[in-house]
Amino acid sequence: MNTADNVVEMRSISKGFNGVPVLKDVSFDVRKGEVHALAGGNGAGKSTLMKILQGVYQADAGEILIGGKPAAIKSIQDAKAAGIGMVFQEFSLVPSLTVAKNIFLAAEPLGMGGMIDDRAAVRRAREVFTEMEVDVDPRAEVSRLGTAYWQLTEIAKALAQNAQVLIMDEPTASLARHESEALFELIDRLKQRGISIIYISHRMDEVYRLADRITILRDGRHLLTAPLTDVTPEQIVEGIVGKKIEGQLSYRARDHAAHEGAPLLEVRGLNAGPRVRDVSFALRPGEILGLAGLMGSGRTELARALFGIDKVDSGEILLRGKKVNLGSPQQAINAGVALIPEDRRAQGLVLEHSVQDNLLLPLLGQIQRGPLLDGAKGKELSSSLIKRFAVKVAHPHRPVRLLSGGNQQKVVIAKWLGTDPDILILDEPTAGVDIGTKSEILDMIRELASAGKAVIVISSEYPELLAVSDRVLVLKDGSIIRDIPRSEIADEEYLQLAVQGV
Amino acid sequence: MSKANTIAPRDTAAPRNFGTILKELDWRRYVIYIGFVVVFLFFAVLLRDQGFLSPNNLLNIFRQTATITVIAVGMTYVIACAEIDLSVGSVAGLSSVCTAMALSQWGLVPGILAGLAVGLVVGSVNGALVSLLGIPSFLVTLGMLGIAVGVAQWITASAPQPILNDTFNMLFGSGNFGPIPGLVVWSAIFVAIGAVVLNRTKFGRQVLATGGNRNAAEFTGINTKRIKFQVLLISAVAASVAGMLYAGRLQSGRFQWGSGDELSAIAAVILGGTSLFGGFGSIIGTLFGALLIGLINNGLILAGLDSSQQQVVRGAIIILAVALARKK
Repeated sequence: MNTADNVVEMRSISKGFNGVPVLKDVSFDVRKGEVHALAGGNGAGKSTLMKILQGVYQADAGEILIGGKPAAIKSIQDAKAAGIGMVFQEFSLVPSLTVAKNIFLAAEPLGMGGMIDDRAAVRRAREVFTEMEVDVDPRAEVSRLGTAYWQLTEIAKALAQNAQVLIMDEPTASLARHESEALFELIDRLKQRGISIIYISHRMDEVYRLADRITILRDGRHLLTAPLTDVTPEQIVEGIVGKKIEGQLSYRARDHAAHEGAPLLEVRGLNAGPRVRDVSFALRPGEILGLAGLMGSGRTELARALFGIDKVDSGEILLRGKKVNLGSPQQAINAGVALIPEDRRAQGLVLEHSVQDNLLLPLLGQIQRGPLLDGAKGKELSSSLIKRFAVKVAHPHRPVRLLSGGNQQKVVIAKWLGTDPDILILDEPTAGVDIGTKSEILDMIRELASAGKAVIVISSEYPELLAVSDRVLVLKDGSIIRDIPRSEIADEEYLQLAVQGV
Repeated sequence: MSKANTIAPRDTAAPRNFGTILKELDWRRYVIYIGFVVVFLFFAVLLRDQGFLSPNNLLNIFRQTATITVIAVGMTYVIACAEIDLSVGSVAGLSSVCTAMALSQWGLVPGILAGLAVGLVVGSVNGALVSLLGIPSFLVTLGMLGIAVGVAQWITASAPQPILNDTFNMLFGSGNFGPIPGLVVWSAIFVAIGAVVLNRTKFGRQVLATGGNRNAAEFTGINTKRIKFQVLLISAVAASVAGMLYAGRLQSGRFQWGSGDELSAIAAVILGGTSLFGGFGSIIGTLFGALLIGLINNGLILAGLDSSQQQVVRGAIIILAVALARKK
């Protein structure tokens, strides 16, 4: 391959932090107009590699070539000037400004007398959206738009700065299915216009749908780069995880005898806000109930109502046959309910606090001796949780922020299972988690159910939902529209149609 | 000792040499202690002829710092919880006049109760407005700063209220417990209880969690509204005790007592390593922050600087210390 075709070439990049090597002699290149998938487990070095390309970090060794010429990327400004654009996973927009003002933030077009020409900004923003073939009003305030539009604004922002290479990190993580499909079509169009895309995703179907080539990193080393026509999904998974994974993503019937008992949780005619309407269902010990539905169908809101975060307007919740009032999370926890929230960073963890402090937060009552907390007992309890859930931590006293996404998620799960709940609700338990950790988490869910706990799993990923659920409730506009036993769901397609209400 | 001020215990299995230990030691966390020692030694050498090291002067530093220390202990809770309390200085003033007036009318115990009541009432109002109505504490307590000092001035018609009750004056600030000045005992009590509660109780952990990530704390079953109410209550009650210490030391109640103390207390807390963004707090750090400010004040007076020069030097030292302590 002629190197001149490479818009970006990173050669033998090495990088370490505080003497710990994170990237070891990694080479990576992107051709003009290609979608290049970048894969690897949490902590494999993907984000570090991309941050070096964006000028956030500088490599300790190695060089970067842009358009065949060596380039010194020492700052984010340098990267932008070199045509590298980033579509952030956590969106980097100012919500109180309009779309056009965000697109031209710090690069505002100037008019007479050096004043900002907002009209020109709106006009040029409109041109960019026209080229993208999407319909976004540049004068709308960003905070009023949905997440899908935030992302389009991010992409437009990069394109307006003449980006030739776009880095997309888990771009579909917060999108509904039809929004993802619209994004894929946009990516196809960008490709045809000669724009290259580095695509980071844990979702195999997306990688196969979009990417021309894939590069896999493992433990900071380059493992392989190959056209997707030459590798099978199994090879990719094996490459990422470092071992063969079999059957974790397929449904396994467990001992169903446990389901026969009286319901642990019964919900009757529950109404809570605009997104939970007349919901009734029962959950038996040992059962895993999947909640499917589009974004905004009320899955998360149902979970929040059951956990006492959102106020219940009417209806009954019965635990072990007894009517209960779950007015606050504290009451829900005391009643044996635990919720693993969808956004682990914003809702699940105090990121700056240590792993141990995070694990013990719901368990402080258990480690009290008189009015004081018992440090030794706390240490013992947290290390037993770390061991039980195989959380990889350098040290329990280091901030949880330093852990990889998968390990952070394990901390959130461990923290809740420490309270020994009878009913466990997991909202998007594997979002942004690598395939190895994902299968561990799914196994954990199965084990808990086998141990007699009742589990509710909310997920936008159908394969995952089908891998664990014994029964799937389909929600639409806050109401249950279908209640399907797992045995009646033939495949993903069937569930997808049910979700779309066909 | 608080979490922010202990080094994480490390794997003891791996042998390390002194060099790596020194390199890994996060000196930024200890800036307040290093700064304290450096400033102390500096004054000790420079002002040795002015009697800086005399036991009397050293005790004086403690005495002059006591009220700020008491206020700053309460403030540590508020700031660790990612809130702020600007009303503490005027609460101290209001508490001093209420105590003085109740003392002369009804005697010792009603006087003390009146002072405490000021803290309880103001703290409850602050807390309720912040946690129930969701008004930012900055605005609530800024308003309360004006209200409390205004009330104090109003009910006394700007006149000082003398306190002639010797028992009160001995208990709150003028007297000694054996060889130790009462003010030192008061600040020691506040620091000790404050440190234990923040680091070793469920409540303390919940304050830190609420300050670190309110959402996650809420999802963990912590009633974050109640925590916010409680920290503002603690802060106002601590400030009202500080007001009584002013009253006892100066044997009168005046609306000006404590004016401007909110800024010294915030400076002490931040110097001590408590995060202005919440989530971390250190009471021992706060104590040394307050002592450092007292040390600087005392040294500058002995050095013969006039009050305008003192303000400039004090401001510069505080900015320098916070700049050194900030995270990379």
